[in-house]
Amino acid sequence: MNIVVCAKQIPDPAEPGALDPQTKTLKRDGKLILDESDMYGVEMALQLAEAAGGGEVTLVSMAPDNKVDGLRSGLAMGAAKAVLVSDPALAGTDALGTAKVLAAAIGKVDGAQLVLTATESSDGYTGTVPEQIAAILGMPSITFAKSIEVRDGTVYVKRQTDAGYDEVECPLPCVVSVTAGVVEPRYPSFKGIMAAKSKPLDQLTLADTGVDAGSVGWGGGGQEIVGIEDAPAREAGEIFEDDGSGVDKIVAYLENLKIV
Amino acid sequence: MTFELNDDAEALRRVVRDFADSEVAPHAAAWDRDHTFPVDTVRAMGDLGLFGIPFPQEYGGGGGNLTLLCVAIEELARVDQSVAITLEAGVGLGANPIYRFGTDDQRERWLPDLVGGRTLAGFGLTEPDAGSDAGATRTKAHQTADGSWVINGEKAFITNSGTEMTSLVTVTAVTGSEPSGRPAISTIVVPSGTPGFEVGPSYRKMGWHASDTHPLVFTDCAVPAENLLGAEGRGFANFLSILDEGRVAIAAMAVGVIQGCLEECQRYANERIAFGRAIGANQAVAFAIADLAVAAHAARLVTYQAAALADAGKPYKAEAAIAKLYTTEAAVSATRTATQVFGGSGYMDETPVARHYRDAKVLEIGEGTSEVQRLVISRSLGLPVS
Repeated sequence: MNIVVCAKQIPDPAEPGALDPQTKTLKRDGKLILDESDMYGVEMALQLAEAAGGGEVTLVSMAPDNKVDGLRSGLAMGAAKAVLVSDPALAGTDALGTAKVLAAAIGKVDGAQLVLTATESSDGYTGTVPEQIAAILGMPSITFAKSIEVRDGTVYVKRQTDAGYDEVECPLPCVVSVTAGVVEPRYPSFKGIMAAKSKPLDQLTLADTGVDAGSVGWGGGGQEIVGIEDAPAREAGEIFEDDGSGVDKIVAYLENLKIV
Repeated sequence: MTFELNDDAEALRRVVRDFADSEVAPHAAAWDRDHTFPVDTVRAMGDLGLFGIPFPQEYGGGGGNLTLLCVAIEELARVDQSVAITLEAGVGLGANPIYRFGTDDQRERWLPDLVGGRTLAGFGLTEPDAGSDAGATRTKAHQTADGSWVINGEKAFITNSGTEMTSLVTVTAVTGSEPSGRPAISTIVVPSGTPGFEVGPSYRKMGWHASDTHPLVFTDCAVPAENLLGAEGRGFANFLSILDEGRVAIAAMAVGVIQGCLEECQRYANERIAFGRAIGANQAVAFAIADLAVAAHAARLVTYQAAALADAGKPYKAEAAIAKLYTTEAAVSATRTATQVFGGSGYMDETPVARHYRDAKVLEIGEGTSEVQRLVISRSLGLPVS
């Protein structure tokens, strides 16, 4: 079973991030790493391919400046190959435009039956791209998978909910977004790191994907970021000296919040 | 000239740092307290391929080099020296002599498991009365009529010699005398469990509590003729030829220790409040931490420059000694500084800086004392030989 994993390359969350005041977006000119939330999809894909008795795991990504370090991490974990779409014309592309590009790239992967994504990226957090990809590809979509099994052409998913989980199934091909609880990602081995360098990594331009240039980039979005400002500083809490009425005050406070 | 590690090294650093932070750091204090050798974690390091980094793929290695090994050792030492020395000794003293001096048969027999981190080996050189003066080795081996080597003697402070993963110890023994009258020393592989090979109880050490260290006793311990490693009488020369790599690897440990102290102090100086402000706002504290950053930077440069020379096949004996001397003395100073930044907390066993302080001292002793490094460096300067 051939599986595609959408793998976002993001600025290292361990380094302080910065917004570009001109574009009002996150600066992405430094080193990019594989989004940790996508490691779960990579690991799940590797395990599903193994359980299916074979098949290739392909990473698909869109990133500026032909950055590949994050994809190398996924290849080091065991993915067979990667497809990167990188083009100066893609700068400023919104979530829907990103989904169009990724869907087009996924369409170029032979025999992809299952597409795995994270529920959302760790730097953009729109959480909309997985379903947009599914809609563009005309595939069913299941979200928030906490476990995935594939048997006889059907995907069985436990879908995380606030109350517990739903059992959902749908036929292949389909798109499934996975939570951080789906599997524990492996550490890439040293041999995996060394082998990753020689694995196929196709680099596509916007023209290669066939996506209309008018629907991506700064001008292609249906939205515009008109301003950015610092989040308001958290206000200082109220301090009561406990004069014996502390319990009453706490209860009153919680009642006011409609918690009790 | 730029001096940056390549993409392989940075990718490896990211993985090992993640492993160290997630799988080692949370347990290091408990392993230290209970004197636990963390077998499962060491096996996981084997699965990561860390014990195979510098060895060729034909023996199951990763086809890397000394620089990459140093990256892995540095990142482990940043959070726990015991685990780092287990890797350093497992590669440098366990597998490396067999790779360097073994016959094809010996390599095929022992290397794949050592390189895969499924087994560990020790190197028995030091004796109760022969440390820096390795030529004073008293352990003896003689050959019987059927060619077997029969070993008698004692070894001291042997790392990785008594774990449940230990498969063998390579020991140096006097096997005759040279024409000059000096003892001829050979190296012989003794598998664990060989009759007459006794592993003594663990030492009570000042630090490195989660590292495995034992005295060894050999009493009429017989091993087959094919266990002789390298040419008879060449043991001392062989041993000297692999020392330089080990010195750079120990320097990498020291770099990790300094980096670990630096990061601990950065965090603590931002969090700890005294006299109404974070202690890092005081120059007495801030300057001490600045000095740690200087030490980490300088130590990293001397270490990786020596490793780069080794990987390029260029002479690096003096550079290895300089790296080992400078970085280990800087590391001991760094742990003292970090403990001072932490104040009373830094003297509590459970803080990483207290553990680093106890652990670091032996960096100035093992694999060639600071004095031996100064000897090597001074000899490289063309000074009169005493």
